[in-house]
Amino acid sequence: MLFRRYRELAAEGVLGLNKRNGDYILRFNPRPLYPLVDDKLKTKRLALQAGIAVPAMYGVIETQRDIRRLPQIVADHKEFVLKPAHGSSGDGIIVVAGRSAARFRTISGELLDDDFLSHHLSNTINGQFSLGGVPDVVIVEYMVQFSSLFERISFQGVPDIRVIVFRGYPVMAMVRLPTRASHGKANLHQGAAGSGIDIATGVTLNGVIGNEVIAYHPDTSQPIAGLQIPDWDTILDISSRCYELTGLGYIGVDIVLDRDLGPLVLELNARPGLAIQIANRQGLLRRLQLCEQRADFAAPVPQRIEFAKHEFRHPVGPIIEPRIIAAA
Amino acid sequence: MNRHLYVLSAVLIALSLSLFSYKVAVLGFPVRPQEQRQVWNVEAAVSFDSGPAAVKATLRIPSLTPGFTLLDENFVSRGFGVSTRNAAEGRQAQWAVREATGRQTVYYRALVYKDPQRIVEDTTPPFPAPPVLDEPSRVALDGLIAEVRRQSADVGSFTVELLRRIKAGESDPYVSLFIKKRSTSAERAELATLFLAGAQIPARVAHGIALRDQTGPVHPDVLLEVHDGVQWLYFDPITLQQGLPADFLIWWRGDAGIADLEGGSDLSVSLAVQKNLFDAMLVAERRAEQHGSHSADFSLLTLPIATQAVYSVLLLIPVGALVIMLLRNVIGVKTFGTFMPVLVALAFRETRLIWGLVLFAIIVSLGLLIRFYLEKLRLLLVPRLTCVLTIVVLLMAGISVLSQKLDIQPGLSIALFPMVIISMTIERMSIVWEERGASESIQEGIGSLLVAALAYVVMGNTYLEHLVFVFPELLLLVLAAALLIGRYTGYRLLELRRFKAMAPEGGK
Repeated sequence: MLFRRYRELAAEGVLGLNKRNGDYILRFNPRPLYPLVDDKLKTKRLALQAGIAVPAMYGVIETQRDIRRLPQIVADHKEFVLKPAHGSSGDGIIVVAGRSAARFRTISGELLDDDFLSHHLSNTINGQFSLGGVPDVVIVEYMVQFSSLFERISFQGVPDIRVIVFRGYPVMAMVRLPTRASHGKANLHQGAAGSGIDIATGVTLNGVIGNEVIAYHPDTSQPIAGLQIPDWDTILDISSRCYELTGLGYIGVDIVLDRDLGPLVLELNARPGLAIQIANRQGLLRRLQLCEQRADFAAPVPQRIEFAKHEFRHPVGPIIEPRIIAAA
Repeated sequence: MNRHLYVLSAVLIALSLSLFSYKVAVLGFPVRPQEQRQVWNVEAAVSFDSGPAAVKATLRIPSLTPGFTLLDENFVSRGFGVSTRNAAEGRQAQWAVREATGRQTVYYRALVYKDPQRIVEDTTPPFPAPPVLDEPSRVALDGLIAEVRRQSADVGSFTVELLRRIKAGESDPYVSLFIKKRSTSAERAELATLFLAGAQIPARVAHGIALRDQTGPVHPDVLLEVHDGVQWLYFDPITLQQGLPADFLIWWRGDAGIADLEGGSDLSVSLAVQKNLFDAMLVAERRAEQHGSHSADFSLLTLPIATQAVYSVLLLIPVGALVIMLLRNVIGVKTFGTFMPVLVALAFRETRLIWGLVLFAIIVSLGLLIRFYLEKLRLLLVPRLTCVLTIVVLLMAGISVLSQKLDIQPGLSIALFPMVIISMTIERMSIVWEERGASESIQEGIGSLLVAALAYVVMGNTYLEHLVFVFPELLLLVLAAALLIGRYTGYRLLELRRFKAMAPEGGK
C-alpha cells in the first residue's frame, strides 16, 4: 500500500523534501548567496538596482533607539507594514491599516498600543523571528493596496503569488489566499488557501486548503478557479529576472499585485515549500526534469518565458481528478 | 559523487565489521553485557623441610596447554627468589633461598580458562633415538613391535594395541620382560614411550589434572602423547581411550616428577582446583594482552572508571542521533531543535521513561505559563530567556524538594534535565504558539517528546550500550548510515500522506 503510493507519487513527478534539499537546493543554491534572499533589506536593494518594483521602504529600525523613531518614520503614512528583515514564513509581520486615537489598528482589526509595538520591535531586533536567533532589523514599508480582483476570494490579508523559478525558468506558480482560519496571513501552513496558476495563461485553477481541494473560497464562497491574473506576463518577467538578480538556481519568488503599482516583489525564498504542488495538483519534479532535459540555461529572459509558457501549459502530464468539496 | 559516497560508506562498514569480528572471534570480547566465563584457579603447594644450607625447589608449570589458555599466574613465597625458565620439556619455576629454617611452603597459582581455539604451538618432534637395551630386551622389543605392527594400521591403532599389551602386563610374553608388578599408569606410559621409540614414533608422557569443581587435593593423571607426523594424539594408558579429555589440563611433560628439591628433604606437592566465574570482559582484555594486540591497550577500558562511565553514555549519543535522523529524514517527524530529543532522552535514563515524560511535561507547561506571563511584561529577548532559565532551574529544585517530602524517588533525578535546552524549547514553543497557534505548538511539542521517548528506548538498551562501549568501532556504522541517508532523496514516510491528493488513488 505504502509502496504503491510511493511509486504513484514518483510516477507523478512529485518532489519530496529530501530530493528538494539534496538535488536542487544543495546543488543550485550556493550558500554564500543565501544572505541575498534571507535578508529582505538586501533583496530590496538588489531589486531596486535591477529596476524590479518592490514596496517602497519608509525606513529601517536597526537599534533599540530607532524604535522611538517609528512615529516619525510613519508620520506621513496611515498604513504601513513592519517586517523583520530575516523573518521566515511571515512570522513577526505586523500590518498596520490605520489608527484610532493613539493606537495602531492592524488589518485584522486589533488595536495595538505604543508599548506593545515597541516591545514587538525590540523582540524582532533581538532576533526572535530570525533563523538561529541572530540580531535582526525591522523594515517599515508600504502597505500593498491589493487589487479589487482578489477581494472576492480572500479574507482580510494580502493574497500573494508564488512562482518557483528554476535556473531562470518559471516552472510553477500559485496564488495564496488568506482565509479566516489563517488570520489574514497568506501562509498555507496556517490555513490559507492555495490555488495553482496555469503558467501559460495566468488563469487560476481550483484551490486547496491543507490537502483538501476546494472550488470556492471558504469565507467568501466565491469560485476560485478561472480567474485571470492581471499583468501575468510582467509577473513571469520579474520572476525570471530574479534568477540573474541573486544567482540562486532554485527560488520561490513572492509577488503581490498592487491596485496602483502593479506587481511588486515582496521577497525571495531560497527554500520554497512544496505545497505548491498540491495547489497545482501537479508534480514539480516532472517540470524540473523537463527543464534540465530541454532548456537552454544561457537563454535570455524572453526566450525562457516562451519556453515556460509552451512547456508548462496546464496540465503538464496527466491531470489528477480533483475531489471537490461543496461550497460552504 | 554518489559513487564516492557509496565507496566511502562501504569502507566504513567493512572497517567497522572487521574490527568488530576480530575482537569477537579472536580476542573473545563478549557480545553480551555481563557475560561470565568459567575460569579455573589451579594451585600447586610445594612444601619441604629446608636443610642446613641453600635450598632450591623446582616446580614444573604449565606451558603448552591444548584446550586451555593461561590467563594469569603468580608465585607466592616468603623470602625465596623466584625465577622461571624454559627447559626442554616445558617451563619450570625455581624457588631458591640461601638460608631457611623449618618447613617451607611455596605456592604457584594460575588462572586458566577453556579455549577450544587454542592450538598448541608445538613443532613436529624429531624421530626418537632407538632405546639402548641389553640383547634379550632388544630382541623382545623387536618382536613386540613386529607383532603390534601386524595388528595395526596406523600410529593411532599401533599405540592402542601397544597399550593394550602393556595393560595385559605379565600375561603378554614380550611385555612381561619389561614390566614390574603393579606398575603405575605413569610407568606404563613411560614404557610405552620406550616401545614407541623403538618403532621410531615420537612420544612423550604428559601429566595433568582434571579441571572439575572439587574440594581437596587433586592427583595428577597421565596421558600418553604420540605424534603421528601431523599432530599429537592423546591416549589414556589405563582406559586406552584416544583423545584429549575436555577438562584435562596438561601440567608438565616428561618422565620426571612435578617437582625437585635440592638441599632440603621431605618434598610434597599438592594440587588444587577451584572453579570461578570471571567477567568475560576481563578475560578478553588479558587475552588481548597475551596476543600482543593493541586493541585492548587503546580500548576505552583502560580509562579510569569514572571516565569510562561518562563515555558509556557519550557513545550512545550518536545512536540517539541516528534515531532522530531516521525519524526526521525518512519518516518526516518534526521536532523542536534538531538534537533536543537526544538530550532529553539522556535525562530520561536517570528518571526512567514514565517519570521522565511526566516531569518534562510538568516543567514545560509550567515554563510556558510563566513565559506567557512574562510576555505581558514585555521584556527584551535575552533578559526574558534568562528569566525562563532561572525559573526552570527553580522549578526543578522545587520539584526535587517536593518529591523528597512526598518520598517520590524519581522526582529527585529531575536535576539531570538539560535546563538550557528546556528553556530554549519553552521559548520556541511559545513563539510557535503565538505565530501558528496552540495546536501546532502542542503537536510539535508532543512530537519532540515521542521522539525523545523512542530515542530513550533505543539508547536505554543495555545490550546496545555494552556493544558501543566495548566495540566503539560500531559507531562507524552509524557514520556510514548517516552518509547514506544524507543522500537519500526519496519521499519521507509522512510525505506519502501529505501528497495523498497527488496520487491517482489518493482522491478516492
